[in-house]
Amino acid sequence: MGGVLPLIGKRLLLGLVTLLVVSIIIFGAVELLPGDIAQQILGQSATEETVAALREELGLNRPSYVRYFEWLGGAVQGDFGVSLANERSVAEQLGPRFANTLFLAGLAALISVPLAIGLGVLAALYRNSVFDRVANALSLVAISSPEFFLGYILIVFFAVQNQMFPAISNVTPNMEMGERIYRTMLPAITMALVVTAYMMRMTRAAIINLLASPYIEMARLKGVPNGKVITRHALPNALAPIINVVALNLAYLITGVVLVEVVFVYPGVGQLLVDSVTKRDFPVVQACCLIFAATFILFNLIADVGAILSNPRLRHPK
Amino acid sequence: MSEDDKKSVLLEIKDLKIEGYSDENWIEIVHGIDLTLHRGEVMGLIGESGAGKSTIGLAAMGFTRDGCRISNGTVLFDGMDLTTATRSERRALRGSRIAYVAQSAAASFNPAHKLIDQHTESSLLHKVSSKADSQEDAIELYRRLRLPNPEEIGFRYPHQVSGGQLQRAMTAMAMSCRPDLIIFDEPTTALDVTTQIEVLAAIRDIVDQFNTAALYITHDLAVVAQMADRIKVLLKGDEVEEADTRKMLADPEEDYTKSLWAVRSFKRDQKSEPAAGETPLISVKNVSASYGPVKVLDGVSFDIYRGRTVAVVGESGSGKSTTARCITGLLPPTQGEILYDGKPMPPNYKNRSKDQLRQCQMIYQMADTALNPKKRIGEIIGRPLQFYSGLRGADLKKRVDQLLDQIEMEPSLYYHRLPSELSGGQKQRVGIARSLAADPAFIICDEVTSALDQLVAEGILRLLDRLQKELNLAYMFITHDLATVRSIADVVVVMKEGKVVEMGPKEAMFQPPHHEYTDLLLSSVPEMDPDWLSNLLDQRGLDNIGEAAHQKKT
Repeated sequence: MGGVLPLIGKRLLLGLVTLLVVSIIIFGAVELLPGDIAQQILGQSATEETVAALREELGLNRPSYVRYFEWLGGAVQGDFGVSLANERSVAEQLGPRFANTLFLAGLAALISVPLAIGLGVLAALYRNSVFDRVANALSLVAISSPEFFLGYILIVFFAVQNQMFPAISNVTPNMEMGERIYRTMLPAITMALVVTAYMMRMTRAAIINLLASPYIEMARLKGVPNGKVITRHALPNALAPIINVVALNLAYLITGVVLVEVVFVYPGVGQLLVDSVTKRDFPVVQACCLIFAATFILFNLIADVGAILSNPRLRHPK
Repeated sequence: MSEDDKKSVLLEIKDLKIEGYSDENWIEIVHGIDLTLHRGEVMGLIGESGAGKSTIGLAAMGFTRDGCRISNGTVLFDGMDLTTATRSERRALRGSRIAYVAQSAAASFNPAHKLIDQHTESSLLHKVSSKADSQEDAIELYRRLRLPNPEEIGFRYPHQVSGGQLQRAMTAMAMSCRPDLIIFDEPTTALDVTTQIEVLAAIRDIVDQFNTAALYITHDLAVVAQMADRIKVLLKGDEVEEADTRKMLADPEEDYTKSLWAVRSFKRDQKSEPAAGETPLISVKNVSASYGPVKVLDGVSFDIYRGRTVAVVGESGSGKSTTARCITGLLPPTQGEILYDGKPMPPNYKNRSKDQLRQCQMIYQMADTALNPKKRIGEIIGRPLQFYSGLRGADLKKRVDQLLDQIEMEPSLYYHRLPSELSGGQKQRVGIARSLAADPAFIICDEVTSALDQLVAEGILRLLDRLQKELNLAYMFITHDLATVRSIADVVVVMKEGKVVEMGPKEAMFQPPHHEYTDLLLSSVPEMDPDWLSNLLDQRGLDNIGEAAHQKKT
């Protein structure tokens, strides 16, 4: 494994550097907005003196790099400051919501990943058949429709006409697991539909790409049946691109929930982000963005490491 | 097995026609081949590319590649017609009773699985034996095929094993279910000569031991002479003739077969040694080079004189092409220098003048990828004329026509064609014309004939020889094919692991005594004599050929 560890270490380091750059961009973007937090809190009618007094109190007169490092230092320890809207700690507000978002994304992933890889393998196995064509057409439809639209369609069919699932996914912290899954089902299916399509198409393409390889011909000439040719001989070599698209889609599941959470009024980070933007609650917005960025970077990292580990040349050096 | 069993027919192909799909049409590529193979017999199928050898070999397993179909005829394997058998019937035969050994073992082993798991796959699949028995058998086969560390080598991944070893492991894999028939599809074409001989010995040995019948597909006559009991010559999907090996070699009937046999006859005499005191045109002085931290050249020195050919030979990875990259300035050496006409040239091509660049041109192995597919022949040859000589308009056209005449291609026919509309040999000629367009004094030919069929390659060698006489060109000829060296070289440089192990005039180099490595290299080149391999093995013993010989020294 000697060759793999330094590679992974390098990727980790790069991920940290990326996160640092992103934090600067997030902080800078808020700085660039017209007006500052003191003005936002006090509103249009505040006098110059009260604004100046609040600035002094909040430390806004200090140079921005000092405040950046203060904010970063806090963020590293899990302290994202205090919400402007209700003066509660940001971390305290964000924590349970982030857990909710993770739960929703996790459920969507549990549905979509096995489904996507299974369908992709089947589509590759029966390529150019009716099944393949239908699967491809449906996946194109799913990719091309925006999530909020899919969400409303699902609500129409499964909540209004059939009343199988609730249209509003209001979960509470001490809800039972079964109930929680039941209520989260529609948003999870919505998200799963979108990402399944991407992952399925990529799995199919990655496998078909390999079918012209000499070792696939060799497997056929050894009398290996079709299904085993795909699962045993093609799939292990197609893992790197599949891991990549799966990891990127998982990251998308977490960061792309904003719209779906709003449609289903699900108490996750996305909802909080939308609410905070309308209230101009900057500390919360900053924290949400940083969490989204960290998630994206983390999953990219997982994709890279996964691709490295799936390569036998790197796993078993000469 | 009694003599009668041995004589019974195993495979009988009758009037086999195969079609390939191209440009929305089915075109016949194999036109009615008959073939009869008895148990324990080895038949050689030879021919140039496009002769349909591999297609026929695969059809003998009832298999066609995507875009091909069997349109007529029968393939009777032990009484069962594979063209009408069901998929599962055919699948049951593959791997268990008919096995396949592919050209490139490196590409045909699945990179994701250990060798032994791929070895045991067939016997598990066809329920021939248990996993443990099959593994034990694999190790025994590895031992018989003289693979190093037979107990351990199977538990490696393909990328951890050398090319020659992989090819033997693939032969072992084909043997795993003790098939009645093995199709060998150019099993040694991708190997160096010293490795090839070892694989040939191993294959012949194991086919004898188990009395396996084989179809041995190759384009190399000398190889097939060692391996086959009978030879069938193919040309563009038709049979030319078939006969016992000795008869075929001694007395071929058809003109085409005779022309194949005659290929290796081209040979020009070695030119006189250059006059004492003549300045070499190119002088490689003590050059070392590395790719990153890996040192690939170590103190290489040799001279090339005007009008002479220096052949650089050695196995893959010996530093032949790297030396060429140093001379052209693509890879600046870490040590030493390149002299042109006695004067040092800047190590990096970026610092060389247009005139220095012009003097030194290259012709590449793969004419396919060395020509821009979107440019017409006139533009490809005209570009260096514009760049180096500043020719325009009618002058340019006239010079391109002259060059096309020189490479024996009719200007009015080819000027406006695209590379995709030319044959392999014609593309290589265009590559030559492009290098001549710069009006160089020195041309590096990097394996220029190894991707070509022997007849076409011969034409290219004759052309290069004629141009050398007319234009007093100096060539550096990189090759691993000693037959080519014999035909056109004046001086031979033998390289191994980045060092020059021996060099001298051709006549001296093909006479003993040699450096040990040169000797190994020279003696490993198959000859047309069907007893060559047996005699060599008798003389040297199995431990003094191929990798075993390398290992013994180190």
